[in-house]
Amino acid sequence: MDLTLVVQGVVSGLLFGGVYSLMAVGLTLIFGVMRVVNFAHGDMMVWGMYLAYMFATRAGVDPYLSFIVCAAALFGLGVLVQRGLVDRIIEAPHEMQILLMLGVALVLENVALVAFGPEPTRVRSPLASATIWLGPVFVDVARLVTFLVAVALTSALWIFLFRTDLGRTIRAAADNTYGALVIGTDVRQVYAIAFGIGAACVGAAGALVSPILPFQPPTGLSLSVASFNIVIIGGMGSLLGAFVGGLLVSLAESLGAVFLKPSLKELFSFSLLILILLFRPAGLFGRRSA
Amino acid sequence: MRWALAGALVALVALPAVLSSYALTLFILIFFYGFLGQAWNIVGGYAGQLSAGHAAFVGVGGYTAAMLSIELGLTPWVGMLAGGVLAALLGAIIGYLGFRFGLRGFYFVLLTVAFAEICRIAVSNIDALGGPLGLYITFTGNPRQFQFQDGRVYYYIALALMLVATLTAWAIERRRFGVYLAAIREDEAAAEALGVNAFKYKMLAMVVSSFLTGLGGTFYAFYLFSLQPNTLFGIPLSVEIIIRPIVGGAGTLMGPILGSFILTPLAEISRLYLGQGGLHGAHLIAYGLLLIGVVLFLPEGAYPRLRRALARRADGAR
Amino acid sequence: MSLLAARGLSKSFGGLQAVAGLDLAVARGEMLGLIGPNGAGKPTVFNLLSGFLAPDGGEIVLDGRSIVGLPPHAICRLGLARTFQIVRPFPRMTVVENVRVGALARYPRAGEALARAHEVVARVGLGTRARLPAGALTLADRKRLELARALATGPALLLLDEVMAGLNPTEIEAIILLLRGIHESGVSILLIEHNMRAVMALSQRIVVLSFGERIAEGAPADIANHPKVVEAYLGEEYVRAAPA
Repeated sequence: MDLTLVVQGVVSGLLFGGVYSLMAVGLTLIFGVMRVVNFAHGDMMVWGMYLAYMFATRAGVDPYLSFIVCAAALFGLGVLVQRGLVDRIIEAPHEMQILLMLGVALVLENVALVAFGPEPTRVRSPLASATIWLGPVFVDVARLVTFLVAVALTSALWIFLFRTDLGRTIRAAADNTYGALVIGTDVRQVYAIAFGIGAACVGAAGALVSPILPFQPPTGLSLSVASFNIVIIGGMGSLLGAFVGGLLVSLAESLGAVFLKPSLKELFSFSLLILILLFRPAGLFGRRSA
Repeated sequence: MRWALAGALVALVALPAVLSSYALTLFILIFFYGFLGQAWNIVGGYAGQLSAGHAAFVGVGGYTAAMLSIELGLTPWVGMLAGGVLAALLGAIIGYLGFRFGLRGFYFVLLTVAFAEICRIAVSNIDALGGPLGLYITFTGNPRQFQFQDGRVYYYIALALMLVATLTAWAIERRRFGVYLAAIREDEAAAEALGVNAFKYKMLAMVVSSFLTGLGGTFYAFYLFSLQPNTLFGIPLSVEIIIRPIVGGAGTLMGPILGSFILTPLAEISRLYLGQGGLHGAHLIAYGLLLIGVVLFLPEGAYPRLRRALARRADGAR
Repeated sequence: MSLLAARGLSKSFGGLQAVAGLDLAVARGEMLGLIGPNGAGKPTVFNLLSGFLAPDGGEIVLDGRSIVGLPPHAICRLGLARTFQIVRPFPRMTVVENVRVGALARYPRAGEALARAHEVVARVGLGTRARLPAGALTLADRKRLELARALATGPALLLLDEVMAGLNPTEIEAIILLLRGIHESGVSILLIEHNMRAVMALSQRIVVLSFGERIAEGAPADIANHPKVVEAYLGEEYVRAAPA
């Protein structure tokens, strides 16, 4: 086995992991605060990608700049979905939530299908074609920048959640909704913001990844599966778990691609999901199981 | 109520005499998806275990019967049963893993989706099964090969399948099996404390449901003369399977049937007016909106609401 | 031979020892009260006895048969039924349908089970509300329903988890009468209770738990002034202040 290929796979995997981490952090935040599983997570990310695509093709804005706008747009979508839909069934049995988010996923994916067509696309960015040497391996500048921005965003989120008042309020509501209500927190607003931030995470992640990953509407499902993989491994509701899990799963998938036929990559992801479901539903860092 | 159902049944049996061939096709689809929905209903509605991967059973059933017919010349009438059994085996595996490992709610949904996708990708990559292009059934029109010149035979078979599934659900509903499933759905731990072996009954529901769904696979394969892994194992088919009972009323006897009578014509109309191919997505958008609408406004489905409205009308008339 | 005998029962969660080497026995036909301050481990004991938790150590023998490691449904069918402290009715079923689920453990035919369920429903005083959906009941009625469901399984031993919690004095009186009736019909009862009046009135014998261990056992009158019991509930200072 060619060692450089393996090392290349490791480096690639770790760099891509930044995006996976950001994606997973968004999902786990939504679950941690509201106990809602966002089945539309991957499809929201695909919309982040298509928005970046539109900015690039219509306005000539590079995704490494437009990701901020994509994040903001998805934030709005998240708040809308939460306020308009999820909020109404927050007390309902879990099956209802699942079906609701499945419905949202269906709508998002197929509106994208009708709007953009089924062909895979990619965003062109000048950074995407540049590569540099980092020791014995090639590193895509795009991947590197993506990684750095993703880590920066995750850190910013961390600071927000642990060092600001609003962030603390969100974490308090996640830990103890009743207690938060008692001290006068507007829990509904906290939920909306949390969902918005979760969606913004994938909005940014989508934009950042649009130059390096070809995408089409059905990609949403594989991204959702990857998110679930990460979050279940790392522990539902644990931010640290999501971050570490993102790097781990990306690494695993990247090494999987090195050793397996490319068309079997998805098979590998789904098999991983099953194993994770069976053996680690509480996760490495998880505090609670659903 | 019984008289209305009996009357409806007689009407359905007599209907082909007056239907155009297009309308005939429509009814075949209504019955077929009603059948699949009712089969799903046993585990997804009555037992409350949401499976979003039931297409896997259609695929296993269909491919088994098709391969047995193509390779061994085995009549699909027997192949259908073989397909059902293999589908039930898959169902038992998924059920065992899910229920033994305590996977509930969305974890179980994920498990079912993962299995269905694995089947789809695996079959796509196995050339002996036709790979991504799938299998084709040569048209012979021979009834022994489950092929009929006359569309009306398909109509009666589809109707019969729907009745079989409904009778199965009815039989379950009125016995201990059905009561226990309802208790498990409401509160599994409380049911356990009352002597209900939740694992056993969930497994039974899963096996029955997947067996029936597997039978449907054979019908699908030999009615359409082709099988593709993306169609037969894919998520769109799983969505088609679950949307009718959910809209019609999961966990009720008439829910899946009502749901199919409402949604199948709508789906066909949207397919006609919005075209094939890329815009195929459009009717899935409608499904997504419907799911959202049902969850928000009609969580128990159309049938219970309808039944209450009719009961109130009857009371008012007295 | 006791109907139920637990010996050396232990259970810990992480670092916390919830139950430590507990010996507990319920004689046939007895009504035994289990009391103790919060955190004493009483709910854990119930979960261990009814199969919802597996003990770390010790044995549990029901009617001569070891039941450690058996799932809750099997233990129920062997004659041990339990209620939950926070009642868990099947909300979308009617009262009598709820009870029928329990009755099916004893009468597998759905029609017969329904008939038996009606009997039990009448016996606990819910006859007039038999066809109401369980979700529409008051708390007191839900407690009766919880009781009826467990009773319908035809248990030899009934484990009652704080059945009086949340009830007003009138309701409590009514439940006390009901429990006496059930006891008199031959069902042995082990009850966890915080309501001292109810426990003293009902129990023939009382076991007191503190920090997962048995600290006292005896007739109600003996327990009331037992220094260890006072200490457990009120703390050391009160032991000295309590009348001898």
